Amino acid sequence: MDEIIQIGPWRLLLAYVFVVLLLVLVRWQGIGKEKEIIISTFRMTLQLLVMGYVLVYIFGQSSFYVTLLVFTVMLFFAIRNIFARVKVTVNKRLRTVIVVSMIAGTVMTTFYFLLLVINIQPWYDPRYFIPIAGMIIGNSMTGVSLGVERLVGEMKGKKQLIEGALMLGATPKDATITVIKDVFTSAIMPTINSMVGMGIIFLPGMMTGQILAGMSPLIAIEYQIAIMLGILGSVSITLFLFTHFGYLTFFNSRSQLDIKDQRNSKEQ
Amino acid sequence: MFRLNNVRCRDIIRVEELCIEEGETTFVVGESGGGKTTFLKLLNHLVDYEEGTITYQDQDLHSLDAVLLRREVILMPQVPVIFPGTVRHNLLIGLEFSKKELVDDSRLLEELAKVGLQKSLVADAEELSGGEQQRLALSRVMLMEPKVLLLDEPTSALDEETEEKITAYISNHLLNSSITLVMVTHSKKLAREMGKKMVTINNGVVTAVEEVA
Repeated sequence: MDEIIQIGPWRLLLAYVFVVLLLVLVRWQGIGKEKEIIISTFRMTLQLLVMGYVLVYIFGQSSFYVTLLVFTVMLFFAIRNIFARVKVTVNKRLRTVIVVSMIAGTVMTTFYFLLLVINIQPWYDPRYFIPIAGMIIGNSMTGVSLGVERLVGEMKGKKQLIEGALMLGATPKDATITVIKDVFTSAIMPTINSMVGMGIIFLPGMMTGQILAGMSPLIAIEYQIAIMLGILGSVSITLFLFTHFGYLTFFNSRSQLDIKDQRNSKEQ
Repeated sequence: MFRLNNVRCRDIIRVEELCIEEGETTFVVGESGGGKTTFLKLLNHLVDYEEGTITYQDQDLHSLDAVLLRREVILMPQVPVIFPGTVRHNLLIGLEFSKKELVDDSRLLEELAKVGLQKSLVADAEELSGGEQQRLALSRVMLMEPKVLLLDEPTSALDEETEEKITAYISNHLLNSSITLVMVTHSKKLAREMGKKMVTINNGVVTAVEEVA
């Protein structure tokens, strides 16, 4: 395999020409997004630089405390991100379901994947643990975010049908089964679609990175297949838990529909 | 069958004392927005009450499983709920929800005929007119053989012919059956002609209970 080409800081600076070009274009067209473009570019650069140094430090540590701490921090920010990004108001019970689903789904899949599929030694090796856990957590976060918005929207939109089913003696689960299925399907579809297009429409980022870093494409593909299956597993488990417990938060203990504190709009 | 004492529900409805006897037909009248629908929803525990007691067959409603209660105390809302699918699916879904034994097509057609609805079982239920959907919904609850039937203005917003068909059905098949019927109506005339008891609800308060027959 050829030696890796080092970009170096000066040639990296050349890549910023694209940002300058974009700034000129938006200025010329009067789009007025210069400030956002500059801030986003600055944030991306700073965040990745900091992350690079953090990873260098973490990879130098061989301690399960550090690995688990990083894992916990990633999970915490992913859950926080779900609450911040969803455009609906959710009650405390649904928030609890989101937290529990994210923790259970990602912890189960990450450990299964790292210990049995990749078989890393030691189990907390940060070079493998952190990037793989990051991909699993990130994709589950996206799935649950989609699921939360869809669940609240569907429960509101199908209120009449759900209440109509309750009037006919349906259990809350029977009354909402079509909503549960619909939410699960719509939230898992982006993951399934990305699997379908993989290798034909685009080369996934992780695989591209490994190939650029000098790894054989065949090994990179092995990793990519494995990680995609891991992501699918994690998103499925997280969404399954979320949908199968989430619908209950729209009912009280007397099987009455109670959706007044969960809305399609964000609480101001 | 039902006994309500000092019941208060979210400032929408107040009932000091009311009895609904088994097999009896009770009509509920009153101004619109006065709490009549909430009154029906109280009886099959679709809404909760904060104060007072409601008993059904001498058991406190709060001690009963609400889902099991709704399988015998069935509410048919003012606007019929039609599920996506065929007429057959809509007829059977009540039996499926309530875990009752399903019936064959001949029984379904027989029930449709009683409400004067001549439709194929494979027709799209969402394509039916408002009046046809109302009759389909009525057939659905009758297939479930309710002990108590709560009807919320079943003839409102219907054309005269459909209104007559539904009124005739109620008169011929419900009034002389063992079903306890509680029906909200805007027509005091109908209530006086067909009911045994008439309950008037105004501004959420049961203001009068009259024996009319």
